[in-house]
Amino acid sequence: MTMLELKAVNKFFNGWQAVADVDLQVAAGELAVLIGTSGSGKSTTLKMINRLIEPDSGSIRLAGEDIRSQPPEVLRRRIGYAIQSVGLFPHWTVEQNIAAVPSLLKWPKARIRERVVELLELLHLPAAQFLARYPHQLSGGQQQRVGVARALAADPEVLLMDEPFGALDPVTRGTLQQELLRIQALSGKTIVLVTHDIDEALLLGQRIVLMDKGRVVQQGSAQDFLLHPASDFVRDFVGQSDVGVRLLGLDTVASRMRPLQPVSGEPIAASATLREALSAFVARRVSSLPVIDAQGQPAGVLHFADLLPVAA
Amino acid sequence: MKPARLPAALWLSSGLLLALLYLLPHSAGLFAWLFPEVERPLYTQDSFASLVLAHLLLVLASSLIAVLGGVAAGLLASRPAGREFRPLLDSVLAISQALPPVAVLAIAAPLIGFGEWPALIALVLYGLLPVTQGTLAGLASVPDSVLEVARGLGMGRWRILWQVELPLAAPVLLAGVRTSVVINIGTAAIASTVGARTLGLPIIVGLSGFNTAYVLQGALLVALLAIVADQCFDWLAHRLSPHVGVEH
Ligand SMILES: Nc1ncnc2c1ncn2[C@@H]1O[C@H](COP(=O)(O)OP(=O)(O)OP(=O)(O)O)[C@@H](O)[C@H]1O
Ligand SMILES: [Mg+2]
Repeated sequence: MTMLELKAVNKFFNGWQAVADVDLQVAAGELAVLIGTSGSGKSTTLKMINRLIEPDSGSIRLAGEDIRSQPPEVLRRRIGYAIQSVGLFPHWTVEQNIAAVPSLLKWPKARIRERVVELLELLHLPAAQFLARYPHQLSGGQQQRVGVARALAADPEVLLMDEPFGALDPVTRGTLQQELLRIQALSGKTIVLVTHDIDEALLLGQRIVLMDKGRVVQQGSAQDFLLHPASDFVRDFVGQSDVGVRLLGLDTVASRMRPLQPVSGEPIAASATLREALSAFVARRVSSLPVIDAQGQPAGVLHFADLLPVAA
Repeated sequence: MKPARLPAALWLSSGLLLALLYLLPHSAGLFAWLFPEVERPLYTQDSFASLVLAHLLLVLASSLIAVLGGVAAGLLASRPAGREFRPLLDSVLAISQALPPVAVLAIAAPLIGFGEWPALIALVLYGLLPVTQGTLAGLASVPDSVLEVARGLGMGRWRILWQVELPLAAPVLLAGVRTSVVINIGTAAIASTVGARTLGLPIIVGLSGFNTAYVLQGALLVALLAIVADQCFDWLAHRLSPHVGVEH
């Protein structure tokens, strides 16, 4: 089922075209990533979905319904929204911030509290410790988590995220990316995420949409982008010289390992990417690695040559 | 919310004011000793308590109007629809502030007559500028990201104004009100020149009759009143912003 559909959407600012003829379909439960250089129209496209910006032409449908068929406030309460600068309400506690949309929807108090606690646990912020804190008492990463929790609070049909992890250090960003994947797998949410980090797009995006000067220049899976770039611009954008390692980043050790043969050495997890395996081969100067499963039991072996896909 | 305990400075200044009000009528001897050349060293035409009350009433009335008007003007000029009035508002406020209070009183008195009314008008004009500026600066200090998210989450315009913009603007807005009220307490004294009954009476009577004792008595009360008001606002400001994490 198509959850979100943009058709021939255009937006002009003072006669200058910021978004040009954008067509986009996001299936229910899909995580789509909008990527592109600065000023390519990603945020504008995103904000047209929750009507923070009104398009000049074209149509946008949410769950089959034209988004203009209801008042913007009602529409927005069905759509989660999280942005890079987070925008937590500084005079409200963490609890009040997360409860913002449920309160607008007039949920009963007990249900709101329950939901807030549940979300804090989901994002690894112990409720007892964080409920009553004010935003200035949180680290940047914790603020970002609260921002995501707030966007998820009323169980929205779609989640819009504009560079949600942009301002974080690589370690925290990595953790939050994994958490987003976990939350998406758990909840089956439809998510549209904006980034300008190609690695983030390749990691998170089930569908990647590359924009340039307001236009969509290519959309498809990570594989499509790495193996079949539509133009030189796309090739440059995905980083020509790194295509090989990025391809390895898309597959897990589990997909290439061979059945059990005893090898010695420090093992690698079956869930690790082939990119991590490559790194381990080089760093440890070995040509084969023992593989263990999630329980830590020996699962197989990976040889250096296995990194090359079997010729089709 | 912080506990409602009043800070020591507020206790001290209001205690001093009350003590002064009680002691002044009994201090003829002290002032006779301080100013031996003055024939009648204690102002007795009106009771000091009634003057303080009249002074406060005038300040309260004018500040109330100035706050309502100033906040309304600031709100209007900060809305998208009112943005074109901004330059006009700025120049009106600048002009009202450039006129000295005595001049406003001198113009208002012949037009409206003597008494409380011209005083009220002058005080309102004077009080407007700091309140409007505080409102504008306060609203401008609300981060754009907070407003964007407020809209993005589905809050309506009025809810954003009441629950987000005004609370976040409150500390700066209140600083404007504080300036306005404290200035008005001083300016109200000058209003006695057009016949308004305020603490300016002993000062003006004293000045015209070369009675320094009267001037001192009036000035002491005006100054203490201003300090008490300032301390009240200080306390209020701390109570209003629990999220800024000010400890005291
Ligand atoms: N409200 C506005 N008024 C005028 N121009 C705007 C407005 N919003 C965006 N633009 C312009 O539209 C273009 C696209 O902006 P947009 O914010 O969508 O870019 P972006 O892809 O999100 O970039 P970034 O990665 O830097 O966030 C930019 O050139 C920007 O200057
Ligand atoms: Mg952007």
